[in-house]
Amino acid sequence: MSAGAAAKGSIRRRLFLQLAAIAALLSVLLFLVMRAVAASAAEDTQDGILAASATSIADALRSEEGSITLDLPYSALSMLGTINEDRVFYRVVVNGETLTGYDDLPPPEDAPTLSRNTFSTFEYRGDEVRMVSVARVVSTGGAPSNVQISVAQTRLGLQAISQRISAIATAAGIGFFVVATALSLWAAQSALSPLERMTASVTRRGPGDLRPFETETPAELVPFVAALNSFIARLRASLQRSEDLIAEAAHRVRTPLATVRAKAEVTHRKLNKPEHRQTMREMIRAIDESSRSAGQLLDHAMVTFRSDSLSEEVVDLSEMVQDTCDRLSPAAGLKDVSVLARVPDLPVTMKGDWVLLQSALQNIVDNAIKYSPEDTTVEVALSAGETIRLAVTDAGRGFGGADVEALKGRFARGRNVDDIVGSGLGLTIADEVARAHGGRLEIAANRNGGGACVTLVFPLS
Amino acid sequence: MRHACLSLVLSLWAAVALAFEIEADLTYPAEVETGVLTILSTADREAFEPILLAFQADNPGVTIRYTIASTAEAMKAVADEGARFDLVISSAMDLQTKLANDGFAATYRSAATDALPDWARWRNQLFAFTQEPVVLIVSDDAFPDGEVPATRNALIEVLRDQPERFRGKIGTYDVRESGFGYLLATQDARASENSWRLLEIMGRLDTRLYCCSGDMLRDIRSGDLLLAYNVLGSYAAAQQAEAGGFRIVEMEDFSNIMLRTVMILNGAENREESAAMVDFLARLGGRPDLVRASGLPAIDDAALRDNVALRPIRLGPGLLVFLDRLKRRTFLRNWEASITQE
Amino acid sequence: MRFLLIEDNASLAGAVVERLQMDGHAVDHADTLDAARACIAVADYDLILLDIMLPDGDGRSFLEAHRQAEKQTPVIVTTARSEVSDRVGLLDLGADDYITKPFDFSELEARCRAVLRRRGGAAVNSVTVADAVLDSAAGELRIGGEAQTLRNRELRLLEVFFAAPGQVFSKSYLMDRMFSFSDEVNENAIEVYVGRIRRRLEGAQVRIETVRGLGYRLVADR
Repeated sequence: MSAGAAAKGSIRRRLFLQLAAIAALLSVLLFLVMRAVAASAAEDTQDGILAASATSIADALRSEEGSITLDLPYSALSMLGTINEDRVFYRVVVNGETLTGYDDLPPPEDAPTLSRNTFSTFEYRGDEVRMVSVARVVSTGGAPSNVQISVAQTRLGLQAISQRISAIATAAGIGFFVVATALSLWAAQSALSPLERMTASVTRRGPGDLRPFETETPAELVPFVAALNSFIARLRASLQRSEDLIAEAAHRVRTPLATVRAKAEVTHRKLNKPEHRQTMREMIRAIDESSRSAGQLLDHAMVTFRSDSLSEEVVDLSEMVQDTCDRLSPAAGLKDVSVLARVPDLPVTMKGDWVLLQSALQNIVDNAIKYSPEDTTVEVALSAGETIRLAVTDAGRGFGGADVEALKGRFARGRNVDDIVGSGLGLTIADEVARAHGGRLEIAANRNGGGACVTLVFPLS
Repeated sequence: MRHACLSLVLSLWAAVALAFEIEADLTYPAEVETGVLTILSTADREAFEPILLAFQADNPGVTIRYTIASTAEAMKAVADEGARFDLVISSAMDLQTKLANDGFAATYRSAATDALPDWARWRNQLFAFTQEPVVLIVSDDAFPDGEVPATRNALIEVLRDQPERFRGKIGTYDVRESGFGYLLATQDARASENSWRLLEIMGRLDTRLYCCSGDMLRDIRSGDLLLAYNVLGSYAAAQQAEAGGFRIVEMEDFSNIMLRTVMILNGAENREESAAMVDFLARLGGRPDLVRASGLPAIDDAALRDNVALRPIRLGPGLLVFLDRLKRRTFLRNWEASITQE
Repeated sequence: MRFLLIEDNASLAGAVVERLQMDGHAVDHADTLDAARACIAVADYDLILLDIMLPDGDGRSFLEAHRQAEKQTPVIVTTARSEVSDRVGLLDLGADDYITKPFDFSELEARCRAVLRRRGGAAVNSVTVADAVLDSAAGELRIGGEAQTLRNRELRLLEVFFAAPGQVFSKSYLMDRMFSFSDEVNENAIEVYVGRIRRRLEGAQVRIETVRGLGYRLVADR
């Protein structure tokens, strides 16, 4: 069976992609925020240490013999070496004159005040440096002197930290993305699971199961389920109509035919003149022909109809063969034709539609009986090897070299059968049933002399 | 064999080209020259030649120019005169640190430098390749009964108890003259208040001041000195092996460990050879023959972990503090006040 | 045999009744299930012919009730519906056989015979003429204890003669009894079959006698 509708897009994929895109956006945001926060924290740390260093230098300033001197504390610079290996520069300026330190360290653009330290970032001696400047007033011989202490440090350590933080932020972002994507996948899956459950429950149903769906469904699916149920109801009604129509048609056609035939037989009995009797006989044959054709047409309609939704019950072929042979034996007996069933000791079963299989076999056997001369045997042999074979062999006239494949077509009959009632649909029905079950119909000459061998071949289930 | 091929040439060119004062300028030409390496160093030829030759044996195409200068001159050459060298090797850790801090050093990283302990490198620019304890030299005549003081406190006691015996018989660096002496004195002062007390008592006993370890050892051997304080252990060990007559005492309260460091200058023209030499020096511990021949103890982290009294002088901005001109002035004033008792 | 025909189509029923009577059967006709139940209450039937589409109900329910009441009378269902779809249910409900309309009366008779044989019905007995015993149930002809298995058409031909020894049957009558309308045969075929049963009867005290211009009859020697 074909899938019918071609897939265009996927809700799950769209849902997943949208969620994943959101996750990606959030991941990038997380990365940026983490990096910004951490970088500013690292910067604050550096600023803090720089300020502490400058303050300790400022605290070591003292006035001596009318001038300002400085006993640079060891810790002022060594503390800057504790957290990283950055280069350190300092400069102490008293009233615009360098007291000590690096003469060329530029003064801050934003001059510090007593209450406010200033920070600046600039390029110095080949590297970017961060500088803190602290202002102090020291009294020298009664006159106040303005002292400006600047301590600068390169930012390589900071860059290393920020690289490390970036790496961590990247890892966190990727980790978040992966987890969020996995969750998106799960969410998409779980959002669609009611749909899948429904699909499964539709698929699980047998072909004849046309009850409406009464399972609990999410609110979003209620209209869909309602539409589906309404469709099922229409389908059920339509199927019922078709079946009824076939049955009704059969009834309508056959009942009057039966009446006519019975009356014809009665009349035939009452007639004495041979030519009248012959006429009546021909009438009866014509009735038989039309009733048989009608029967096969209706059978064929039924086969076509049921093949569309093949039921998958387990069919005991051995029993079916026996049953069909028993059923057809009385009619065969009228012609002194015997019907012989040959089934293996072990039951042979396959999955399929009992009604169709029976119809196929019955049509083949019926054909065989029809073409069998008296005092012959129609043999129905069932065997199961690599395939299941149901072979019907007769000792009739065979198919007279006709194209056997063409015989499977509708209304095709052998070239040598003009004298026998038949519509030519029997083999068509058998062929269609075989194909509906994944098998085929084989038509061959009977190996033992004349006659035909028609075989239904099915794969082992 | 290689020795036979080597010729030592005093380069006149170098002498005129450089304004700073040099002590020697040696060239070790390669047989077939594929590269050159110029080194400005404070280490003696005797100590360093085995290392240079071994390096050249590994890198036969490299001609080495080895220029020896004092620590102060080496600093001046690089910082002020822009002298063109590939490597600077110096025992003046403070000056080396300042050169690196002020941006004269190139950054270099290799498996060999990564293998050094953290305290033996700074910024991947300054690499220590020797650890040389600073010791007290005691003449065999100083303590006939064998009771040798092993801490600064014990030494102070001894000097207090027997002032006359040691008067004029103690030697130490004149920190005004010797950059290395200044480094040791400042590290002493930073480490312990005892060092000022020791300095004062040494001052009272008319301590004699020297420019270098070699002179102090000479006077110890001649009997002019009984004690020499803050002598570089590696020199002492080399001389003791030759002549004897004194004992080398590592102080048990603490002993400074001087780290001899190498850096690649920013403007180094022979980067490849420089890198090879830095790696070679960083792996000096793997060549006991060279350690023996040069008398320079290689970096050995394990030895320091075993003895907590051994304190390597820490590389880093802390060393810049004592180079501050005001700090130096103050320190020297205090030092003079203590040692000269004026 | 006594039949009960349950069939609502009066025209068809009339023809069937007349046709069965021609073969010497007694037939009661019921056109509704109620009527059928009334008939069963007062008479015993050898066989019931049941149409499944009736005005006052489905033949299936009758069949079900019939089987639940443990009635032994065999039922052959006549159906005008498609064979394949109805078959399973009918046999499951306890029909002995079914036949699709329109039916050939000789086939109906064969099916009745088969059903009765399966059920061992009392209606089929062996018929004895002189020293020949015709056992329809076994399909055998026994002469003086020696049994011969008969072919179907031979049996039917012998049955005609054994049912009325001495009566003359025309060739055309015998043809009607022996062949269905789908068999393309002429009256010469009767001579072949008469020849065969004469050979079967050799050595017996009965024989088939030709009555010139009229047909054949069975005569006993004593």
